[in-house]
Amino acid sequence: MRALKIIVLAKQVPDTRHVGNDAMKPDGTVNRGKLPTIFNPDDLHALELALNIKDRVAGSTVTVLTMGPKRAADIIRESYYRGADKGVMISDRRFGGADTLATSYTLAKGIEKLAPFDLILGGRQAIDGDTAQVGPQSAEKLQIPQVTYVEEIISISDDEIVAKRRLEKGIETVSSPFPCLMTVHESSPVCRSRQAKRLMQYKYARTQTELKSKSTEDYIKELHVSRPYLTIPEWGVEDIGAEMEKIGLSGSPTKVKSVESIVLTADESKVLSDSDVDIEMMIKELIENHTIG
Amino acid sequence: MKSVLVYCEVENKKVAEISQELVSAGKRLAQKLGAPLEAMVFGANLNEVAAQIAPFGVDKIHVADDLRLEPYTTLPHAALAADVIKREEPQIVLFGATSIGRDLAPRLASELSCGLTADCTILDIGDHYVSKEKKEYKELLYAIRPAFGGSIMANIINWDMHPQMATVREGVMKKEVFDAKYTTEIVSLEANKILNDKDFVVKILERHIEESDVNLKEAPIIVAGGYGVGSKENFDYLYQLSDLLGGEVGGSRAAVDAGFIDHERQIGQTGVTVRPKLYIAAGISGAVQHTAGMQDASLIISINNDPEAPMNKLADYVINGDISDVVPKMIKFYKKNAK
Repeated sequence: MRALKIIVLAKQVPDTRHVGNDAMKPDGTVNRGKLPTIFNPDDLHALELALNIKDRVAGSTVTVLTMGPKRAADIIRESYYRGADKGVMISDRRFGGADTLATSYTLAKGIEKLAPFDLILGGRQAIDGDTAQVGPQSAEKLQIPQVTYVEEIISISDDEIVAKRRLEKGIETVSSPFPCLMTVHESSPVCRSRQAKRLMQYKYARTQTELKSKSTEDYIKELHVSRPYLTIPEWGVEDIGAEMEKIGLSGSPTKVKSVESIVLTADESKVLSDSDVDIEMMIKELIENHTIG
Repeated sequence: MKSVLVYCEVENKKVAEISQELVSAGKRLAQKLGAPLEAMVFGANLNEVAAQIAPFGVDKIHVADDLRLEPYTTLPHAALAADVIKREEPQIVLFGATSIGRDLAPRLASELSCGLTADCTILDIGDHYVSKEKKEYKELLYAIRPAFGGSIMANIINWDMHPQMATVREGVMKKEVFDAKYTTEIVSLEANKILNDKDFVVKILERHIEESDVNLKEAPIIVAGGYGVGSKENFDYLYQLSDLLGGEVGGSRAAVDAGFIDHERQIGQTGVTVRPKLYIAAGISGAVQHTAGMQDASLIISINNDPEAPMNKLADYVINGDISDVVPKMIKFYKKNAK
């Protein structure tokens, strides 16, 4: 069977699952600096699915594409440690403020630069927005079919891929021709761990920007001369040929009018112990006011 | 024409619950705008569908009735919806935040280059002043949704790239019959002319859809457990209490992830949104992702051995104690006192 060229879309996100008390500024906006960043969980599932296909179809390659600020290079390194063949960053201040439409346009331009490809995989959604929109929007921009909420790849042949989808109320098995885009559901297998050998091999992988940084030590810079594969390509607006009016804020139809932080209301709670007296009193009150019974 | 258009999901000749909620919400928006409400329904054997949604006050229904349109696949539904939207030029288009709506709406938003806000819980109409343009935009859709893991509510607007689209969470919009005898206009789409073979390249080979007998959304009483319940066995106490009170058992994401309870019973931002008369939160710390899905309960009881659990702040009754101790006592005293 022919080898597949797979592209995985991955995003670095603030860890919204562990929001601390200092995550919100007094004015109700999010204090991004206070939140640790992580590899978007669903995207790790997508990476696993890609690596699994690579295991099954000899000669297949996995390229991870991420879009984000400079520190998102961690996503590429993490992907290398777990088995990706190549990583590319799309990073440029002018991409900032993008909503899902502008993001999918930008990603699609990056994907076109990586063409030809057979399969694009991404997580179903990112935890910082939970929109699940970028996958389908990117598929539309590339004019290829989409298969969302994929849990498992059932079979792969030269011209089509069969996948199991996890829906709210059941499962569906679908076939799609290549190329196509799939979004991967969190019920798919978790991503394999880092491999020690790969960690040693790629721990000095750096983007061009990181290499130029004063804090990068000289021996790392020298290493990149003898091992060019360690240099992570970093693409800006011109590199991918993006039109300015379609990226960043100007390419984003949706705008945030206002945000309101959710304050848990502290209407006088009745605080009870686990004693018989307290619990019986509560049950009686609930029966009396017809909440129960 | 300035109108509100709702994409209705249909399966086995029946309009989905979420779509009935959406046409109700759509009607309320349309009334604020003084605009007509339209719906689009694509599927097979749709003769009875118009009668199901007209009473919600739908003025015009766009129907594509073709065997190939059911079950749902992305490309033909997107092509038909794009056809309706380009022709009707609605101001607002609504979809359910379901596995269908969240698959279809973004594909469509990309094709139409318009704004789409996901998972809204509140929809409203309002104005917005754009200082850069020194211009006030009137009667825009306010698409309000929990964001950032549920810690904030964001009001998302779109004033320059029409239509304004949103997906809306299940169970948050009130279903409301407008007029049982409402007359509606039916427009039939010629699917054959709009669609081509390329729209059918993705094929459904097999499908197992289970009509769940778990109905959290309708349950007046919900006994929900979190990670703090500790084990699948301890969940049995919750089932006993729920059976006795005539409720349903739900769980937080942490309880689902721990394998204490099935995914279909998950309450919260990534699960079901509920608004019962009574919500008993057992061993649920109260992360915003969870409270986003239950904070509208009329009365909340929090049982937790952590007095600092954020859930306690939401609760009307806070019981400090262990589940395995408190819940059996609740059962005992309910049996003793109920008439």
